[in-house]
Amino acid sequence: MEVAGLIFSNIHDSSISELTNIRTMASVPFGCRYRLIDFALSNMVNSGITKIGIITHNNYQSLMDHLGTGKDWDLARRSGGIKILPPFFNTYDNSNGGRLYTSRLEALMGVSSFISRCSEDHLVLSDCDGICNIDLSDAIDQHVKNNADLTIITRKVTVGIDDIPERSKVITANESGRVTDVTNYMKGEEVKEISTNIMIVSRMFLLNAIGDAGAHGYSDFYRDIVAKRAGKARIFRYLYEGIFIQITSLESYFANSMKLLSPEVRNGLFDVKHRPIYTKLRNSAPTRYTEDAQVRNSYVADGCVIEGVVENSILFRGVQVGKGTVVKNCVLLQDTFTGNNVNLNCVIADKNVVIRDGRMLSGHESMPFFIPKGSMV
Amino acid sequence: MFRKKECVAMLLAGGQGSRLYALTEKNAKPAVSFGGKYRIIDFTLSNCVNSGFDTVGVLTQYQPLVLNDYIGNGLPWDLDRSWGGVKILPPYQGKKGADWYKGTANAIYQNMQFIDRYDPEYVLILSGDHIYKMDYAKMLDYHKKMNADCTIAVIDVPLKEASRFGIMSTEEDGKIYKFAEKPKNPDSTKASMGIYIFSKDVLFRYLNADAQDPESSNDFGKNIIPAMLAAKERMYAYPFSGYWKDVGTISSLWEANMDLLGEIPSLDLHDEEWRIYSRHESHAPQFVGSSAVVNNSSITEGCEIYGTVRNSVLGAGVCIKEGAVVSNSVIMDNVTVETGAKINYSIVDEETTVGAYASIGAVQKKAKGITVIAAGLDIPEHSVIGDNEMISEVAQIQTKEEM
Repeated sequence: MEVAGLIFSNIHDSSISELTNIRTMASVPFGCRYRLIDFALSNMVNSGITKIGIITHNNYQSLMDHLGTGKDWDLARRSGGIKILPPFFNTYDNSNGGRLYTSRLEALMGVSSFISRCSEDHLVLSDCDGICNIDLSDAIDQHVKNNADLTIITRKVTVGIDDIPERSKVITANESGRVTDVTNYMKGEEVKEISTNIMIVSRMFLLNAIGDAGAHGYSDFYRDIVAKRAGKARIFRYLYEGIFIQITSLESYFANSMKLLSPEVRNGLFDVKHRPIYTKLRNSAPTRYTEDAQVRNSYVADGCVIEGVVENSILFRGVQVGKGTVVKNCVLLQDTFTGNNVNLNCVIADKNVVIRDGRMLSGHESMPFFIPKGSMV
Repeated sequence: MFRKKECVAMLLAGGQGSRLYALTEKNAKPAVSFGGKYRIIDFTLSNCVNSGFDTVGVLTQYQPLVLNDYIGNGLPWDLDRSWGGVKILPPYQGKKGADWYKGTANAIYQNMQFIDRYDPEYVLILSGDHIYKMDYAKMLDYHKKMNADCTIAVIDVPLKEASRFGIMSTEEDGKIYKFAEKPKNPDSTKASMGIYIFSKDVLFRYLNADAQDPESSNDFGKNIIPAMLAAKERMYAYPFSGYWKDVGTISSLWEANMDLLGEIPSLDLHDEEWRIYSRHESHAPQFVGSSAVVNNSSITEGCEIYGTVRNSVLGAGVCIKEGAVVSNSVIMDNVTVETGAKINYSIVDEETTVGAYASIGAVQKKAKGITVIAAGLDIPEHSVIGDNEMISEVAQIQTKEEM
C-alpha cells in the first residue's frame, strides 16, 4: 500500500513562544539530541513511507538546516524523499491580503497541488508537538481494512492525571470504532479519548474535502470536515496506547523533558525494536567525564565535557559543565557553556547560552527559569 | 578544474594487523573500533577530507567485509562524490592474470589505472592504522616548495625508541640522504610515519621498474624508497609534530584510547576545527543512573550506566549494570556488563556479554599486559580471566575451570 506523509511544522507554535520565537515547533529541541519533527519523521520512515511533505509557515530556516537533504532519515531520494512546502502565494492575486494560513484546513488548501500530484492512495498527516514512537503501519493496515476515508489516531486520557491541551478534540466513536462526533475539549469535562492529531486519510477524500472547503469558505478541519461528515463518511478511530507526550507550554516542556529520566518513558520512545528515532548526525566526539565529575540520574548527549556535578538533568550535545559547577533539574540545550562554580536549578538554557563563573540561577519546577538563545549571563 | 584532481590519496588498508590478535580475526585492522564511536580508518579519511583531498582509493585485501560496509559510499566523510570521492579497490583479475596485493608498492602498481583516471600531478600514500590529525595540504605545499620527487612525513621520536621505526637521516634543508629500517644504532630520531607524497611520473617509473624485478618484495620501505635514494632522487623529510600513534599492537591500541582521557587529553576529539567523522547509527542519548559513578571516562551515545566506570572508554550502546565495575578498560559497542562483574585493564570487543560476577583482567595493577575478549562472546557468570589473556572463544575459559 503506497502512503505519503504530510507534516505540519508550525501548528501550535504559539503555545511555547519562548522556544518558537526563533524557530518552528518542528525544530524545537527535545531529548538531548532530537528536534520534535524527528519523531513524526521517524514514525513515518519506520512504517515504510518515503515521500514526506513538510508544510512550513514562518521561521523555518532552522528547520531547513536540520533537515538538509533528508539523508539522516534516509529520505534523500531521487523519487520522493523530503519536500519542503513553503507558504504559497499567488503573485498577482492579492485577495487574501498576503495573509499566511491560520488553520490546519487552510494549510492543507495551500498544499493542494502537492496532494493532487501525489500518486499514493493515502496520506498520513501529523503535527510535531506530540511525541511518540508509534507503529503507523498497523494503523494504516486498519485504515485500509476498514475501507476508511479518514482514520484519526486517538489516545486515552484521564482528567486530573494527564496534561490535556485546551484545544484538544474529543473523539466519540461507536463500538466498531466508527467516529460519531468530534467536540472541543472543555476544561473540567470528563473525557476519555482525544485526537493525537495524527491521522490517515484517503487522498481522494482529502482532495474532495479541500475543494468543498474552498467553495464554502470553511476554515476548521475538525469542525467543518470531520464533525460535519461524521456518521456519513467512513471516519474511524485507531487507539494508540503507548507513550505519548504533548508539549503545551514551557512548563509542560520542562516537565516532559524530566519524564525522560523514567525508564518507562525513555524505553517507550527510544528502545523500541526496529523503530529507532533518527536525527541529524553531528559527528560529536563521545562525552568526556573528568576525574571530578559526579553525574547522577541524567540523560546526556555526545559532545559534552563534564567537570562538575550534574543531577536529574537533560544535557544536549556540546554542553560544557565547569569545575565546581552544580547543575540540578536542568534542561541545557545544545552548546550551553557553564563556567566554574556555577549553580543552576530548574533552568532551561536555549542554544549557545554562556553562563559565566560563579553565577547562581534558580527557577522552580512549576516555573522553570528560561534563558533565551545566545544570551550571556 | 573539476574532473582533474591535483592529488589522489591511496590508503593502504589491506593489512591483517596480526598483532591485534582476537580483534582482527574477522576484521581488517583499519576497521577496528577506536575511542568509542570511531574506527581506526576514520582518522586518515577525516584528515583527507579536512585537508581538501576528495579522491581517496582504499586498497583492501584482508577480511574486507566490515571495512567495505563501513566505508560504503563515503557519506559520513562527505566523500560521496559524483566524480572522485572514496573508492574501494580490492585486488582484481586483469587481462594478464590475477594476483593478490603482494606488497604495499604492488598494491599501488596494480591500481595505476585508477590513479590515471584523475590525471593527478601527485599521489599521497597513506596507511590506515595510525591515529593522528594532520593537514596533508601543508605537506603537499612543502613537497612543491622543495620541488621534491618524494616527500616522507617524519616525527621526532625518543632516541631509545628509534630502533622500532624506519629512520631518516637528513641534511639541514630536510633532504634525505639515508634511510634505515629499524636500525640497531640509529643516527637520527626522525621516524617515518608511513605517509608519502610522490610526484606521479616519478612514482610510476619506479613502480614499473619494481614490478619487473622478481627479487623485489614490492614494498615501499624495503624497495621503492631505497631504490630512489640510490638513484639520488630529490627526497625530503616533512617534519610533523603533534599526536601520532601506531596502533598496531594491543598495548598501543589501549594506550591510544587512554590518551582520550585526563584533565587535558593528549588526543582531543572535541576540536571543532578538525573534526573526526565516523559512520554511526542513531542511538538514544546516554543515561547515567542514580547509582552510577563515572570518573575520567569517555562515554558514547546509547550507553546505560548503573555501575562504576573509571578511566575507561565506552563505545555506543554499552550497558553497565548495577554493582559492575569497569576500570582502565576499553569497552566496544553494544557490550553488556552484568551485575557485579569486574573488568580491569582489558579490551572487550563488540557485542560481547560479560556474565554476572565475572572477573576480567588484572585484579589490581596490570602486571603483564592487557586482557582481550573477542567480539560476540558470552562470558559465563563467575568466570575468572586473568591478566594478559587473549580470549577468542568461550571454550578457552571453560578448559581453565576444568583444570
